[in-house]
Amino acid sequence: MILTLLILIPLVAGILSFLAKENGKMIALLSSVATLGVAIATSVHAGTQTISWSIPWIPRLGAQLSFYADGMSAMLCLLTAIVMPVIFITNWNKTVDRAGSFYGLMLLSQAGITGVFLAHDALLFYFFWELALIPVYFLCSSWGGEKRVAVTFKFFVYTFLGSLMMLAALIFLSSQNPGVNAYSWENIVSAGASLDPVTQQWVFVLIFVAFAIKMPIFPFHTWQPDTYEQSPTPITIILSALMVKMGLYGVIRWLIPVAPEGVALWSNTIVVLSIIGIVYASCIAIVQTDLKRLVAYSSIAHMGLMAAAAFSQTKVGMHGLMVQMFNHGINITGMWLIVSMVEQRWGTRDMTKLGGMASTAPKMAIALVIISLANIALPLTNGFIGEFMLFNGLFSSASQYHIIFMVVAGIGIILGAVYTLNMIQKTAYGDAVEMTVSKDITTNEFVGLTIIIGIILILGVYPKPLLDMTLGVVNMMIP
Amino acid sequence: MKAIIASTVLGVVMMFAGLLVKDKKAVSSLAIILFIALLGVNVWDLMTTSPSEPQSFFNNMLRVNGYSLWFNTLMTGCTLLYVMLVNKDIQRVGSHVAEYYALIFFILCGSYLLSTYNNMLMLFLGIEIMSIPQYILAGSDKRNLKSSEASLKYFLMGAFSTGILMMGVTLLYGATGTFNIVGFTFLQSDFLSPMALAGIMFLMVAMAFKVSAAPLHMWTPDVYDGAPTAFTAIMATVVKASAFLAFMRLFSVSFGALSSKWMLVLSIITAATLFVGNITAVFQQSVKRMLAYSSIAQAGFMLFAILAVNSTAWEGMMLYGVAYSVATIGMFAVLLKLKDYTYDGFNGLAKKDPVLAFFTTVFLLSLAGIPLTGGFMAKYFVLLAAVQQGKIMWLVIFALFMAAISSYYYFRVIIAMYFKQGEPEFQSEVTSTDKFMMAITTIIVLLLGIFPHWILHV
Repeated sequence: MILTLLILIPLVAGILSFLAKENGKMIALLSSVATLGVAIATSVHAGTQTISWSIPWIPRLGAQLSFYADGMSAMLCLLTAIVMPVIFITNWNKTVDRAGSFYGLMLLSQAGITGVFLAHDALLFYFFWELALIPVYFLCSSWGGEKRVAVTFKFFVYTFLGSLMMLAALIFLSSQNPGVNAYSWENIVSAGASLDPVTQQWVFVLIFVAFAIKMPIFPFHTWQPDTYEQSPTPITIILSALMVKMGLYGVIRWLIPVAPEGVALWSNTIVVLSIIGIVYASCIAIVQTDLKRLVAYSSIAHMGLMAAAAFSQTKVGMHGLMVQMFNHGINITGMWLIVSMVEQRWGTRDMTKLGGMASTAPKMAIALVIISLANIALPLTNGFIGEFMLFNGLFSSASQYHIIFMVVAGIGIILGAVYTLNMIQKTAYGDAVEMTVSKDITTNEFVGLTIIIGIILILGVYPKPLLDMTLGVVNMMIP
Repeated sequence: MKAIIASTVLGVVMMFAGLLVKDKKAVSSLAIILFIALLGVNVWDLMTTSPSEPQSFFNNMLRVNGYSLWFNTLMTGCTLLYVMLVNKDIQRVGSHVAEYYALIFFILCGSYLLSTYNNMLMLFLGIEIMSIPQYILAGSDKRNLKSSEASLKYFLMGAFSTGILMMGVTLLYGATGTFNIVGFTFLQSDFLSPMALAGIMFLMVAMAFKVSAAPLHMWTPDVYDGAPTAFTAIMATVVKASAFLAFMRLFSVSFGALSSKWMLVLSIITAATLFVGNITAVFQQSVKRMLAYSSIAQAGFMLFAILAVNSTAWEGMMLYGVAYSVATIGMFAVLLKLKDYTYDGFNGLAKKDPVLAFFTTVFLLSLAGIPLTGGFMAKYFVLLAAVQQGKIMWLVIFALFMAAISSYYYFRVIIAMYFKQGEPEFQSEVTSTDKFMMAITTIIVLLLGIFPHWILHV
């Protein structure tokens, strides 16, 4: 029951927000804080035991409304529930046109994303997968930059095509074992795992395309930098901190157990693609002068490392992946918040026109430095432990090329340090550039950043709660 | 089978009402009452016929199974929804309003025959009873050259395809000595005579024409575009769904066992229909013409139900027929309100009338097959049926690619409404009654998407 609340609160609040017009902001904040409370309660429970809830939905097909939370689902719900109020708090002072629709759509996308993390039924999973996409489509197209309509549509068609391929695989799997639970996760997994290797490969490819586009893995990433750049910051945060996790979550829950033979056959190829993605995205990030594009490419690089670890099939790598999914969500949210503050203060995102933040806005500069360092995984920040485990996993994987993988991915990390430090240097130091709106961080921005930085530091020093929470899932995934 | 008689009688009543009642509004209200009565008769039929044991009527000329009566009821319901949504636009087409309604009653009569026929003569009669009123309706805007062109084109092509149908029936009669569709089930694929095979192919071609499957779709865009929009709405929905049911009844009941003989041809027809419908729709500039091509594209998906030949396919067909009809009727109802049928005519609709734009969005999302709408569930069921059949997985994946393309032209309307500036001009005022009916249509679309099994309890 507690799981349905996680979805129902944002859903109902979203609909109310449409009707409330200008007061949508208030509804959004209150409901997201309430959801956060529920999510914390869920996480506390799910750390020790799984929670599930289900009722029949379409008996003719064997689909059920079935929600399930283990450590991983609860952790990602918690991430969603933390990020949303942070967005609302930091966005509080900005005036948004048609605020009711804006906040309504934000909340609906929250409901969709949470649903994806909780659904334990393939059809329901697909429903939420699309339900998360549609509000984001409208958000980006209505409130984005100049080229928003074309860019968002490209994003939409790309992801929609991917989801349809996944749908083909899900229809196929569910028709293998028809019955009252045809769509339940257990049934899909057993149907998939019992197929012959050739068919499993097909199933693997169809499902993988959907998740690869969403993550995105090189070469499916072309929608991403443009979409991130054109979207308003709150949506960029939803896209990069949360929706990208849907892809990874999908891989872990709905791909690896479903087509183990397919994974075995394809994993080297995918790890290679992911590592190409890391190096490629890092190289492009180095030459970017636009802050938003820089962060977008850095996000592709980070996702590449996580995807590589997901397919390297080691216990420590998988555990690192769980932790890093959470941490990446927090860090990237912090990065986008800073970028949007910079854009608001200086009226530009071009790094060549920025400088001297440390003297003009010292508090913001401190936040920028801490979050950027977390982003390159410096020890004592949350990024370190996750990335360390990911590398460890990549190195100890069974693949014969594991050393090459590790070394090349390591180059990506060095490149990551290059562009991040370069960015800090260009924006925070150097000759001071006058702000157009002369103000260091405001109270609400301070609250938002404090939450983010607090999590970064606490988990950097004491990651145990997160590790404990996800240990059960890792043990189940890789015995 | 009281509904067949009732639809005929009510049609005649409507014609006489045209003589006696001159007020267009009164005629429309009378029509709505009579359609409700017809729906009542259908429900009565449904209640009094037990679905488990098929019953025969009129010397075994008609035979109902569980799906037939339920399908009739649903299609009558769709027609009622259609009449309630567009009755004001029907009044604007011309002066013979009562006759238009009478023709719609006859179309329904044909549709009832098509869902229950047990004999090839009844198939022929059903198709003719359903088609002839359409030829008239297509040309009902007499002063408009395009409307007359549509009517003539439809008539000539339709007559030609009916000839092919007749030819197929004759050949099959020659091969088996019977008109009874159950009689054809004794045809065996091992000793299929060329005559019987030719008959089956003729029938397939004729039916493919009626459901506008490629490469026999050429008439569709011109006829749908030329006919008055109020009547395109019913031609593209109820009529099409009924023709599909007839197609399916023939090929699953009579020729189901011979599926190895016609499967490849029909697979190619399906692929061609999906391809032509979707690709051509992308290049249209008029939303009305786009909907005509979209109806071809949707036909491609409905063909999956025929290809699948299993029980899920029947459910898929029912669901597809209803979900597609309801969303398309809603879309045409919106289109009828606008002056300019091009995409630009929709520019800025969301600002001018956000509620109307929301309804339109739901209809379009349903046609594109996005979850939470009936269109998704309908596509899901027909594709599930095809996957269960097991031999046409390649076609399923091809169809899903085409579905992704279809999102392009449906979303163009959404983009125009929400993200482009403009001042849409209305042809007639959108009253609160219109909005209420559209809201009901929207709710039906959403309910079909969440609880599709509600209309599948046969």
